Amino acid sequence: MAEFLNGFLLPLIIMVLKILSITVPLLVAVAFMTYAERKIMGAMQLRQGPSIVGPFGLLQPFADGLKLFAKEQILPEGANRVVFYVAPMITFFLALVAWAVIPFDYGLVLSNINVGVLYLFAISSLGVYGIVMAGWASNSRYAFLGALRSAAQMVSYEVSMGLIIISVLLCVGSLNLTEIVKAQETVWFAIPLFPMFIMFFISALAETNRSPFDLPEGESELVAGFMVEYSSAPFALFFLGEYANMILMSAMTSILFLGGWLSPLPFAPFTWIPGVVWFALKIAACLFTFVWVRATMPRYRYDQLMRLGWKVFLPFSLFWVVLTAGVLVTFGWLPK
Amino acid sequence: MAFLDRAARSLFLTELVGGLALTFSYMFKPKVTLNYPYEKGPISSRFRGEHVLRRYANGEERCIACKLCEAVCPALAITIEAEPRDDGSRRTTRYDIDMTKCIYCGLCQEACPVDAVVMGPNFEFSTENREELFYNKQKLLANGDRWEAEIAQNLAAEAPYR
Repeated sequence: MAEFLNGFLLPLIIMVLKILSITVPLLVAVAFMTYAERKIMGAMQLRQGPSIVGPFGLLQPFADGLKLFAKEQILPEGANRVVFYVAPMITFFLALVAWAVIPFDYGLVLSNINVGVLYLFAISSLGVYGIVMAGWASNSRYAFLGALRSAAQMVSYEVSMGLIIISVLLCVGSLNLTEIVKAQETVWFAIPLFPMFIMFFISALAETNRSPFDLPEGESELVAGFMVEYSSAPFALFFLGEYANMILMSAMTSILFLGGWLSPLPFAPFTWIPGVVWFALKIAACLFTFVWVRATMPRYRYDQLMRLGWKVFLPFSLFWVVLTAGVLVTFGWLPK
Repeated sequence: MAFLDRAARSLFLTELVGGLALTFSYMFKPKVTLNYPYEKGPISSRFRGEHVLRRYANGEERCIACKLCEAVCPALAITIEAEPRDDGSRRTTRYDIDMTKCIYCGLCQEACPVDAVVMGPNFEFSTENREELFYNKQKLLANGDRWEAEIAQNLAAEAPYR
């Protein structure tokens, strides 16, 4: 019994607690992300945004959540029942599961695996399955078109995203996310690899289906795209998954290019602040830019989106990989 | 050179950055929001809102049951029945307005020779069910008592143009 307790139950409880300590703040962050988005977009459009529920409208996301879960669940006629309900779960699950490898501070990571970048990349490409399944299972034209667009879009941008990540990995010599952050102690990769940083961010916008690449749900032509038939809790799961993905992509941007938990200036008053805070601030800055871009840019046309992905980003990132490798070899800066 | 110029501009994303800078500067401008349930915008004295039936200062109702409003109403929203009262004056026994039919054209108000039926400044009269929108004489007179001050002011302001 004691063996069972110490060998199995205790580690299990500790693991569950660790997972909860990541997911609960993450879900709260998602809730306030929706609030921040509405406030920032409001301010940029000379509006106030939510201001009634709670002080400054701070409780608005919880009111919205309650409202969503109290609504009626509708299963469309002709929909594939199982796939229809599994799809939002997949989206939500994948958005959460990717956080296992994100280092919040030195050593503060759920699983410090050596292929962290690959894992993140794999999980984020799996994200398209939730959307495609949702679009197919809904048995609706709008949803189907949205899913098709989403599949093509995510595949195209993943290619250039992979090449961008490769140019970072060339400078680090490791796929471990902690190593990647540690390699940026002298200079953040956003500075030497600045064009890659911008392209990674734009690809992240496309990867999370955010404006100006929100064609899968483009409400002016496809109503709500792949989510058109969803209501109540499944819709909430999609929503949560989408925002969790945005936060994940911001975390990835800050780890790969903005030095993760490192403080911007490596001396006294800045290094006293814990790394988690810096990391959170960097994520918040990226998320602000997500919203900022949404408030500024009109939606891309689909052929423009494809042209940008295949004819601009892909050759340019390929060129930059060659350039990075060339510079590293020429000056003997290759990591050991 | 135009080609180089264009290429450089798209390479350095100048237009995107310019757009972003513009939205960022708007973020700090004063908001134009009106906190609606707590603040309301100004409305014209000609505003055509909820109908009322008015009374004279001595409490006598103005309507003389001439049925001009019923006749002019293009939506057939008004129904009037009238009988001589005990003192011999002609008054309505029934004055109904179906607010679900009304198109708020204001012709009833124009037709009324005694300014009895007037469209007041109230636009917040939504109800929880349809039946509550079938207004009867009692409801209209109550509206008149409630909005008399504002309506009298509006009518006085509009008097020179009528």
